Amino acid sequence: MTRSQQRALGLAVSVAVVAVLMVWFGWIFPTRYNATDTRLVAQAFYIGVAAMGLNILTGYNGQVSIGHGAFFGVGAYTTALLMSHEYTYFGITFGHTSFVATLLPCAIVTFVVGALVGFPALRVKGLYLALVTLGLAVIFPDLATRFVQGTGGTSLVALTPTQVAAPSWFPSRLSAQDQWAYTMCFALAIVGVVGVWLIARSRFGRSLIAVRDHEAAASSVGIDLARTKVLAFALSAMYAGIAGSLSVLVVFNASADKVETFQNSIEFLVALVIGGTATVVGPLIGGFAVVYIDKWTKDAFPSKPVVSPATFGVALIVLMYVLPDGVVGGARRLFAWSRRTLRSRRASPAAPATPATPVST
Amino acid sequence: MALFFTQLLTGVQNGAVYASLAIALVLIFRTTGILNFAQGEMALFSTYLLWKFTDIGFAVWLAIVLTMAVSFVGGALIERVVIRPVEHSSPLVIVIVTIGLFLAINSLAQFFFGSGQRAVPTFYPEKVWHPGGVIIYSDTLVLVGVLVVECLLLYLLLQRTKLGLAFRGVSGNADSSRLLGVPVGRILMLGWGLAAAVGALAGAMAIPTTAGLVPSSMQQILVFSFAAAAIGGFDSVFGAVVGGMIVGVADALTIQYVHRLQGITLIVPFGLILLVLLFRPAGLFGTTRVERV
Repeated sequence: MTRSQQRALGLAVSVAVVAVLMVWFGWIFPTRYNATDTRLVAQAFYIGVAAMGLNILTGYNGQVSIGHGAFFGVGAYTTALLMSHEYTYFGITFGHTSFVATLLPCAIVTFVVGALVGFPALRVKGLYLALVTLGLAVIFPDLATRFVQGTGGTSLVALTPTQVAAPSWFPSRLSAQDQWAYTMCFALAIVGVVGVWLIARSRFGRSLIAVRDHEAAASSVGIDLARTKVLAFALSAMYAGIAGSLSVLVVFNASADKVETFQNSIEFLVALVIGGTATVVGPLIGGFAVVYIDKWTKDAFPSKPVVSPATFGVALIVLMYVLPDGVVGGARRLFAWSRRTLRSRRASPAAPATPATPVST
Repeated sequence: MALFFTQLLTGVQNGAVYASLAIALVLIFRTTGILNFAQGEMALFSTYLLWKFTDIGFAVWLAIVLTMAVSFVGGALIERVVIRPVEHSSPLVIVIVTIGLFLAINSLAQFFFGSGQRAVPTFYPEKVWHPGGVIIYSDTLVLVGVLVVECLLLYLLLQRTKLGLAFRGVSGNADSSRLLGVPVGRILMLGWGLAAAVGALAGAMAIPTTAGLVPSSMQQILVFSFAAAAIGGFDSVFGAVVGGMIVGVADALTIQYVHRLQGITLIVPFGLILLVLLFRPAGLFGTTRVERV
């Protein structure tokens, strides 16, 4: 096979794989499986979306955050509050919005919040930045408890079944609540992956990587450090916020539990690390890993709920030693290695022939 | 005025705890350059151990000594086994490994000791005095006293012994120390061991004054201690103590006098961390690190 034939074959195989996956996850899975399974996979998708956001910031731009649970929470609150209440400000009445219509405001709000958080990040780097974002995750629940007027005066904003139900325009084969929630998660996960893919290939994506690898060098070739870092923060927060919105459809509420906010931040990090930092599909795979590791450990040890975080903790440490670039990075290396060995084996039968020929002088 | 002084004393008491845990953070940062996000959970595990020792009948002071000894060994082992392989890695790797430790140690503590509330006894009699309306608890006096003794011992160890000299050498310049024959690896283990023991002491002092030990006991304290360590510049034991006092008193006074911040007083340590990192990254007492590009 010539090189161009090889490339065409590779392209055909990837298109086929993507098509099969799309049909399976987009149509067969939500119509054949029950609500328990679709909810679980929907959860995997939105954790994946949040991890994609974290990937833009941490994977591509090298800014570590352990506070993305806060952005996730802001997104969830924006959506839940818009859907559940009605407001009048300056004579404009809005609220009781449909889910899809909350996505744009949610994206804008979390984008702005992310940019605001990003400004201090211009001066605070590395481990210190991680510390600041940890503070964010710790303080967000208190802020929400103080300022959000949810159901019964608590910070929990619960939604009614009619509010989270599928809209009338949605195809009836997929209009059960769990199917609706699942389909939204699936669709936005696809949008998210394509978005990250486009970012990674763009000029902006390359400047993200340049800033991560060497700030001084990056700025010396004309990259605007401040703009790049703040934009990375804003985009990253937007992804996490959209993931939060999606979670409202799956769990029917937005809350600001302390433990949960911190746990979410950690889960996104775990998903990112398992899937592979600075890879396009890694975070999505990581989302599945997080959800299913959690489910399996809980099924296997029903009386010991601590096994699941223990597994995450040990997995994080062990992965850093054996697979620092995650599942996707590992697979990529395996693929490259097998191709190299195949090629050298194909070349090797000819190799011993040369010394075997008698040398006549 | 009496109320003010009472709150001030509460602040000082909490400050002593924050200072103690901040010292642990500083000991680790100075040797390995790591912000140890698992410090609080290490202290949590130690305090559970303390509870277990007292529960099976050890005298409290003996249990504290035992706990500190076990924690020292545990901390040194963590450095050797978990931290050593990622010593010079990127911040991402270090954050992930310490967060992994955080999760693992917290779950291990729950696994071994259960997640119910555990009452840890004090080793001193509970007393209250009321001079002129100011309320003074024996807790405050003992905690401050313990902190003073702790600092004194650390000072003697670090400034007056050969081991301390090696420790300071490694935190200043590990490579040169290695060339001079200092066993750098062992000093790093010493740093982590000391930190674990100091953290255990912080837990042993803090928890008896609260309602009881639960798996999330140390998380808030850790945030305050990070603020304390940040004010001190992350590499100064003295700075950590001053930072701890500032954070403790600021928090206590905010709770009492700033009603606008009711329920969100965590803004205070968070704001302090942010302000210090933004405007004075080396803290009030830290050494400025000069980076060569």
